Amino acid sequence: MGGGITLYHFLVLSLIIFGLGMYCVLSRRNAIGILMGVELILNSANINYLAFDFYGGGGKAVTGAVTYHYDGQIFAIFVIMLAAAEAVIGLAVVLAIYQNFKTIDVSATETMSG
Amino acid sequence: MLQQIIFYALAALTVGSAAFTAFSRNIVHSTFALLGAFMGVVGIYVLLAADFVAMVQLLVYVGGILVVTIFAVMLTQGIADVTVSNREVGVIPALATSVIGVAVMLYAVIRTPWHQTPVPAAAPTTYAIGNAFLGDYVLPFEVASLVLLAALIGAIVISRHEAKE
Repeated sequence: MGGGITLYHFLVLSLIIFGLGMYCVLSRRNAIGILMGVELILNSANINYLAFDFYGGGGKAVTGAVTYHYDGQIFAIFVIMLAAAEAVIGLAVVLAIYQNFKTIDVSATETMSG
Repeated sequence: MLQQIIFYALAALTVGSAAFTAFSRNIVHSTFALLGAFMGVVGIYVLLAADFVAMVQLLVYVGGILVVTIFAVMLTQGIADVTVSNREVGVIPALATSVIGVAVMLYAVIRTPWHQTPVPAAAPTTYAIGNAFLGDYVLPFEVASLVLLAALIGAIVISRHEAKE
């Protein structure tokens, strides 16, 4: 890509999003807020996959002709698929917790702590 | 130059929305800010010549995960009281952990001489991805369908009411 945008730009961007997601996961007491932080972290991982795919190992020279294998993009699709499964299960668990405790504050649901 | 402007605009949209999601004290505002973050990431994917992944992100994240998240927020939170619905505790340790972690990784990212190849010309990727899914990646592809089936059944089992006898 021209215009002076390099691999490092995308890596730093994904790092910032990862930091925000990690802060969200660590500081929230609302279970849905924690899941949102996890989604941000998975998005930052996907940006890394696609950036490395674009700038790094995409091209594989096979007898002169260069073919691209898009391995990073395929891994990104798997990550998106797992994120969808994670969100569905996580939110189902949150709804089950809400039915039992009438709250989704994770510091209030401590019945199992000794 | 144009690509720089587009990149920084998308980065600002993504980071701004993600920051709003992380710092807002209202869970409903957080959820809607997540929309901006996902849309910004879609733009970043397009900038990285990943057209198919961008559309998958749009369908799955914006059309699926975000809608389910909004449903969960609406079902568990009294919408009438939109005061402090997204409590945060331990702000200082969380902030310190995040900043230290990001600083260490930033150092690693900046100092590493990454292996880089010449940038490919942007071309449609769907054909190659479809071939890869039914070629080299056919086993992970089938396992993924099993995972999705398990998630579907698990979500139903967890969230349904058990009939009391």
